[in-house]
Amino acid sequence: MKRHWRFARAWAGIMLLTAVALAVLLGAPVEAQDAAKEPAYRAFPLLGSRLAVWVIAQLHLDFAAFILGVPMFAVIIEIIGWKNRDARYDWLAHEFIKLVFAAFSATALFGALLLFVFIGFYPKFFAFMTNIFHTTYWIYALLFFGETFTIYLYYYGWDWLSGSRKWIHVTLGVLANIFGTAILFIADAWLTFMTSPAGIAETGALKGSVWAAVDNATWMPINVHRLIANIVFGGTIAAAYAAFRFLGAKTDEERARYDWMGYVGNFVAISAFIVLPFAGYWLGREIYAFDQTMGITMMGGFMSWLWIIQATLIGVLFIGSNYYLWLGMERIPGSERYRKYVPYMLIILAVGFMVWATPRSLIVTLEEARAMGGTHHPILGIFGVMSAKNTAVNLMILTTFLSYVLYRRANRLSIKPWVMAGMAVQWGAFFVAAAIVLFYGVYGYFVESIVRIGFSVYQVLAVLGAIALVMTIDIPMFRGARSTGEIRWGTIAPRSQYVLILLAVTFTWLMGLMGFARSGIRQHWHVYGVLRDTSVDAVTPALGYAANVITLVTAVFLALVMFIFWLGGLAEKGGTAHAPVPAPHIAGGSGEAH
Amino acid sequence: MRFLRSRFLQAVIVLVVAFCVFRFGIRPPAPWSVIKLYMAVVALAVLVHISSDSDSWRDFLRPIRDTLTRPERRFVRAVLVVLIPVLLGYYAYSVAAARPEAPPQLRAIHPAPPPSLSFRGKEMNLQGLENPLRKDQASLARHAAAGGAIYIQNCFYCHGDNLDGKGHFAPAFNPPPANFEDPGTIAQLPEAYLFWRIAKGGPGLPRESTPWDSAMPAWEDRLTEEQIWQVIVYVYEATGQRPRRWQEH
Ligand code: HEC
Repeated sequence: MKRHWRFARAWAGIMLLTAVALAVLLGAPVEAQDAAKEPAYRAFPLLGSRLAVWVIAQLHLDFAAFILGVPMFAVIIEIIGWKNRDARYDWLAHEFIKLVFAAFSATALFGALLLFVFIGFYPKFFAFMTNIFHTTYWIYALLFFGETFTIYLYYYGWDWLSGSRKWIHVTLGVLANIFGTAILFIADAWLTFMTSPAGIAETGALKGSVWAAVDNATWMPINVHRLIANIVFGGTIAAAYAAFRFLGAKTDEERARYDWMGYVGNFVAISAFIVLPFAGYWLGREIYAFDQTMGITMMGGFMSWLWIIQATLIGVLFIGSNYYLWLGMERIPGSERYRKYVPYMLIILAVGFMVWATPRSLIVTLEEARAMGGTHHPILGIFGVMSAKNTAVNLMILTTFLSYVLYRRANRLSIKPWVMAGMAVQWGAFFVAAAIVLFYGVYGYFVESIVRIGFSVYQVLAVLGAIALVMTIDIPMFRGARSTGEIRWGTIAPRSQYVLILLAVTFTWLMGLMGFARSGIRQHWHVYGVLRDTSVDAVTPALGYAANVITLVTAVFLALVMFIFWLGGLAEKGGTAHAPVPAPHIAGGSGEAH
Repeated sequence: MRFLRSRFLQAVIVLVVAFCVFRFGIRPPAPWSVIKLYMAVVALAVLVHISSDSDSWRDFLRPIRDTLTRPERRFVRAVLVVLIPVLLGYYAYSVAAARPEAPPQLRAIHPAPPPSLSFRGKEMNLQGLENPLRKDQASLARHAAAGGAIYIQNCFYCHGDNLDGKGHFAPAFNPPPANFEDPGTIAQLPEAYLFWRIAKGGPGLPRESTPWDSAMPAWEDRLTEEQIWQVIVYVYEATGQRPRRWQEH
């Protein structure tokens, strides 16, 4: 039964890849044809081309983000298990990769569909891009083959390449990640070129080598931003999967295992999420530097409302992931010591959330505007500007990090003689970082904007510095620590699992929203300032419409994911699952990375 | 005082206090849209707080469950069954009822400027455009003085003699004239942006900024290019703000 499934899926995968390769080949002749005879656009039946390409691209991206993100931490988890000879980590890594494997074909399918939509409905645009990027297509296809075969080997060879051959297996995992990252970077080159074209002449032809077009202003920022976001996304989706399994678990042992899996998934997601806003600033700055008009469209124009929605979503993510940690503390004996901090952390998060979500231009009725003496509110206006928002988000990041640090030490008592000093330095680091963030936040109101933009860098550095310092002390401080009791995995309150699912939904939605922002700022251009969008869809859709489309895509994506995971579960029932392992008990002061 | 320790009551008290602070503690009063947003965050935080610990969550739920099930609470239950629909009905009514008032605005105050504009037939590229008067630092004071005169002749009716947007015409306009003292207006804009706004005024705004609402006149036909740059120098001088510089790259 299980064999059967595997073959069916392997075949489906290979067929799809062939389809992709064929489609790439098909793309090439388009450019050769006489451009005058070729229509620039064809209309996608019923939906219209824009909606079709939007939905398919976003679905492809969601799946791709998942299958690129998960292997990154799966391999690390595998290595931890290998080095510590701990079968539970190996089980967990395998469990994560199982999900990737299930989602692999869907990614390729949507990729192929996306390509067909471009070729079929945007022939002129596609010919334009092909003209510039045709060399990268071949590299992309090759890398895709490389990725597919390493992932297949990695997955199917799990038992075969164990024991003394484990290093080969780990190498395969690392290799798969290298392929995956390279694929991501190439795809990023195409879409960042659309935002910030480089390396081409007025006519649209390449001036020199294709590298100049690849290495455009927003390429690296998007690469980094996406790489980090993929990890967050992979973590949240895997955690949501674990939550489903937890809620449906029949035995305590199963519950313990999936509680742990959900915890690790969420931990991975939060750690990456903490640095995500920094990558976002960088991207924003590059967009501003590339073209001021585009920057203003993005931050000040009709899209300014989008950032309020974004702030709300991120606020939910912050509060949600902290809530999960706090709930999780209940299953850790000894955590009672730290409960008293929860209200304070919650207050910082809530106030930060409010500041961040305060719009720059308020929605006011005429009556209210009269009472305020304008649309500008003297107090709320202070929260509307960037200085306040950067300060809020940096403090929220610090608080989340503090939550995590407390969680980490919840059942451990350090036995090092220098604990007092170590803790003092750690608290000092927190306060100094918070003070720096606040200082530059306030000082930002008194300087001109170009200087103010620079301040956000200091704030970020202060936070990152504090995180690095605290962790460098924390790891040795709790090595060999005395335990106040084992974590009682599986006893977490079920509502925590709904939080994990909520986080996955929120993050998927957020990705859709930011995708809309990234494409929307090009306005009526396919390639900004170079290739105009002359189709019927050349208007940038309103935010409400976009929100509906994003909701639709998120729902379809999650439904597909559930279906695919269910399929994966069928295979598990048919044969013997990967060697079941005892419930995890990773706590107890061994100081591994958790 | 035992009932003060009830989680449910504590939650209600926090919500009521927060509401009073937002509604009456902020002067001038904050718009409803913001109060609603803040209250949503506070409600979320309160829920998170009471449910982040199983004991307090049980504590919180107990009065709710008791009210729903205990026979001796029948009266309270009956009151709630009537009261809740009535309140919801009132809310629906208050939302649906028409008021003689313009709906709240969702206006983009600083839309993206066009990449270039034509000023009295002359093409000007706005991207990277600097104020030409700033090249000659020696006569900057003279330009500022000339700008001041232009301002008093043309702008202060609306933007006010203190440049705070409170000119004597101002109360009649919605959106109100820009307040140049506010760090959110000229302080965050490059001078070329101001040039565009002054030359083309409200009519030159893109759709998302409701050009038909803005009373800002287009000065292209009344002021020369130099005069516009002069008044720009003046508004920055007089407010002590500095224009946003173009990023070098
Ligand atoms: C009839 C009243 C009126 C007069 C006179 C007037 N303005 Fe305005 N101005 C407004 C209004 C209303 C706004 C806000 C609406 C908008 O942005 O169009 C505004 C906005 C502006 C802005 C945009 C500020 C920003 O943050 O985007 C600038 C710059 C400006 N005015 C400069 C001037 C100058 C300089 C003069 C004199 C030459 C002037 N205005 C005369 C009504 C006026």
